[in-house]
Amino acid sequence: MSNRPTEDALLPQAAMPANSTVKMPVGVPGYTLHEETRQAPASEPPVWPINKDLQYVGHSAHRYDGPDKASGRARYTSDVQLPGMLYAKFVNAALPHAKVISVDTSAAEKYPGVRGVYVVEHVLGPAELRNPALDRGRYPVVRFAGQPIAAIAATTPAAAQEAATLVRIQYEKLPFVVDLDKARESNAPPVFPGPADEEGSAGGGGGPSDVHQTGNVHGPSVHRVRDTEQGFKEADVIVEGHYITQVQTHSALETHGVVADWKPGMLTVWASTQGTASVREELAGYFDLPMSQVRVITEFMGGGFGAKFGAGNPGVVAAALSKKTGAPVRLMLDRQEEHLSVGNRPSSDQTLRIGAKKDGTLTAIHLVSYGTAGCGTGAGCAGPATNLYQYASLHTEENDVFINAGPASAMRAPGHPQGAFALEQTIDDLAVKLNVEPIDLRDKIDNHPVRRVERQIVRESALWKSRSPVPGADQGPVKRGVGLAQSVWYRFVRTNCAAEVRVHRDGSLEVLSAVQDIGSGIKTVLAQILAEQFGVPPSQIAVKVGDTNYPVGPDSGGSVTTLSLTPAVRDAAWQAAQKFLADIAPALGVSPSDLVLVDGEVRSGSGKFQPISFRRAAAKMTASQITAQARRVPDYDPSKYLTYGGVDVAEVEVDTELGRVHVRRVLSVHDCGRPMNPEQTISQINGGIIQGISFTLFEDRLLDPKYGLMVNPDLDLYKIAGAREIPQIDVRLVEAYIGQSSTDASGIGEAAGVVSIGAAIGNAVYNATGVRVRRTPMTPAVVLAALRQGGTQA
Amino acid sequence: MPGSAFPPPSPDSPPETPRSGITRRGFLKGAGITAASTALLEGVQTLRADAESEATPGVTEFGPGADSVRLHVNGAEHVLDIEPRTTLADALRLHLGLTGSKIVCDRGVCSGCTVWLDKIPVNSCMTLAIDAIGHHITTIEGLSSESEPHPVQAAFVRHDAMQCGYCTPGMVMSCAALLERNPHPTEHDIRHAVSGNLCRCGTYPKVFAATLDAAGSRRA
Ligand code: FES
Ligand code: FES
Repeated sequence: MSNRPTEDALLPQAAMPANSTVKMPVGVPGYTLHEETRQAPASEPPVWPINKDLQYVGHSAHRYDGPDKASGRARYTSDVQLPGMLYAKFVNAALPHAKVISVDTSAAEKYPGVRGVYVVEHVLGPAELRNPALDRGRYPVVRFAGQPIAAIAATTPAAAQEAATLVRIQYEKLPFVVDLDKARESNAPPVFPGPADEEGSAGGGGGPSDVHQTGNVHGPSVHRVRDTEQGFKEADVIVEGHYITQVQTHSALETHGVVADWKPGMLTVWASTQGTASVREELAGYFDLPMSQVRVITEFMGGGFGAKFGAGNPGVVAAALSKKTGAPVRLMLDRQEEHLSVGNRPSSDQTLRIGAKKDGTLTAIHLVSYGTAGCGTGAGCAGPATNLYQYASLHTEENDVFINAGPASAMRAPGHPQGAFALEQTIDDLAVKLNVEPIDLRDKIDNHPVRRVERQIVRESALWKSRSPVPGADQGPVKRGVGLAQSVWYRFVRTNCAAEVRVHRDGSLEVLSAVQDIGSGIKTVLAQILAEQFGVPPSQIAVKVGDTNYPVGPDSGGSVTTLSLTPAVRDAAWQAAQKFLADIAPALGVSPSDLVLVDGEVRSGSGKFQPISFRRAAAKMTASQITAQARRVPDYDPSKYLTYGGVDVAEVEVDTELGRVHVRRVLSVHDCGRPMNPEQTISQINGGIIQGISFTLFEDRLLDPKYGLMVNPDLDLYKIAGAREIPQIDVRLVEAYIGQSSTDASGIGEAAGVVSIGAAIGNAVYNATGVRVRRTPMTPAVVLAALRQGGTQA
Repeated sequence: MPGSAFPPPSPDSPPETPRSGITRRGFLKGAGITAASTALLEGVQTLRADAESEATPGVTEFGPGADSVRLHVNGAEHVLDIEPRTTLADALRLHLGLTGSKIVCDRGVCSGCTVWLDKIPVNSCMTLAIDAIGHHITTIEGLSSESEPHPVQAAFVRHDAMQCGYCTPGMVMSCAALLERNPHPTEHDIRHAVSGNLCRCGTYPKVFAATLDAAGSRRA
């Protein structure tokens, strides 16, 4: 992901307005805070001080839509009910690989309650053949069990479901493969008849398209920095490990789905999406509609984690069925379809070799990875190895291996939990070989200024101090251990987003953006920004988001939302405030520059009049409404290559007789630029830690090699961490100013623990037992096998 | 507890209703239903004409077509036309428009669909609507009034015990039910009470803190 062009690189950039020089706070308060100069567009608002000197931003305002969510009033896509609405159900492939000979929908069409049937013409999601002619046939080739083939719209969900069972599909079976190792063999059944590529989405995912494909192996995608052969020659010690991670599914609680209402002149779609803009674009493109005739609404959405971009098959099919039937259509996937057909985190099989000098300096990193993204691509995982540490040379080879399973999609920090699981355990192995503390070794090889501070916080923590330097020191069968690992993520900026701010004559304020709140709390943050700018409490701000009728918002993937959108919102708020003051100044008998907005009042800086309430001042407006729109301006210093990260420490108990690993405590020290709302940021980090624990210890998408079907497409046998498995989590947020925009916000979604916690657990298990577990999920069977082998390759 | 057969109605539950013994919808879904409990059938207003004649004494069959039933939801009586196989979750969400409770797994493992029957939390996806006849059903919408949130709801907001919010109604119902039966829970009790509630966003630590806080504020 880090090596691929961002959306912004592909868009023509707007001309930059004239610049002015500004001084900005940069660094970590209490550690490295200092002032730096930047060139900012002259139209930008004044520089904000650090959080402690702001009133609302940087403080923990209550979640804007908290009362709606806690009361059940929040209306998600799955809750939308329109008059005359039909319920749609997919008919899915029962085989993992087949040509579809015929689809007979006649019995289904006659079933009581059925209003429309649609046969899928093009399946969205899987990789596409470079030469589409290789796949000619009336229907799309089935490449995974669960691939949508047709859909039924009926007056009740039950009728749709029953009619779906009446669709007769004739297949010509094709040989299939669902195992990564088997798929790599030269005589493996080919998933595609030729080279095929998957494009990434706004949130990452997808893979390179400029690589070779041999059989099912799509790659390698090679990246070299200087000469690793030379690097290994210069090494005093070399460590090597073979690491395996499993496929994980996103398992958002609200499944993918839409309600589509196709009316002449306007297609309105409620979508459970991370990108209202992405849904609109895909539907407008697919149906050849002008953008102005497609409206996408996402008031609330129940989790995405990278899998919910674009209209996808549910969006296209629901819209087509609505067009056909003349009625609104709801199509929500069921839990099984959610596991099978709309994305997952690819597996990995990594061989990592690292060479170092006696003093710890890394001379060479060599990574060869294979992973499967099903019938998609995007299994690359070299991000951490490439971007976390200083090294003299690097060689990475990433390979995608096609199997007959649902295509992957971006999942929270694509590739990084996998890559860090191998890298950060290998770095600990290196520390053992060099006989240094793992935290000291990282001080030597990691020059990120903020992680240096974060390691200092870890070093001073009671948890880290409680770590025994000797592995396997505990006597009994249940052994305690502590380990750490680091994470990295990148600053991707979307300048293609904007916001509008309105001041009304009754003193009410609103902010409008098409951005969707995926649970990170962007609504709250927008309210805080207006509050700060107008000097009124956030509770007085109305936030209107999740509707493409408003100015375009960023798609929420890759931790871009807050850092991309908030400067546009602040700029619009500032401009609206300036217009507002200019408008009311004559009525107050002062010049606009004499007016200040603070504590819910309008005051005269020179004391020309007694402070009046904001509401009374607004009554003096000469129009009923003042508006300002602003687009995101580019970062002030785009030449800086900026990453964020964190250090996570895990304390585990390993039951060496039962093989059970239990995470007791986690210390999570993270940075995200200026934290806009610390409480919400901590919520996201808790979530990243918990998802990462779940990935490391429990989750596993199991495919039956004999039938090619997923054996646990539910939420009971597909085990996700629950209340009993949650450790005590102590999050320390590190304010790290970077001087890049009018809010200086960054992102946290990806870096939030999910990248590093797996390796931290691995390092803690080693500290507890003296044995390295190089495979996830660390189930009792995997742990016991590793203990038996005494830590040789798992 | 989530997914289990109904516990006996609690002493303060309004209409005394013998247990129907019908709890596994998988067993019954899509078939006509034979109920041995006449009390259960009190809520069924229309019965198929042939049902009485063919019935063994004390046994009445109804379904598979729609029948008119009376449900007592959030303090009000509702008459619904539903098939016997209709789950309580569908009856509430589709027929009554009470969409606060969510269907997530649709098989009794996530508690996203939690409602109360006589203050006992149940998974409404695993409960047939006809099995709820005669019980007082409380949904998230009925837990509080618009002006006065339930202490657990208020604490969830104070502690930011939610992200996407999709699990939140179920979490709130489980935690509020815990406080009904145990006003002074420990964190361990809370973990136990929500051990069936899945949250993919990972809000658990704040759910524990919010519920402890709500218990504290109730005590005060
Ligand atoms: S328990 Fe009812 S939806 Fe999961
Ligand atoms: S808040 Fe999203 S699932 Fe719990």
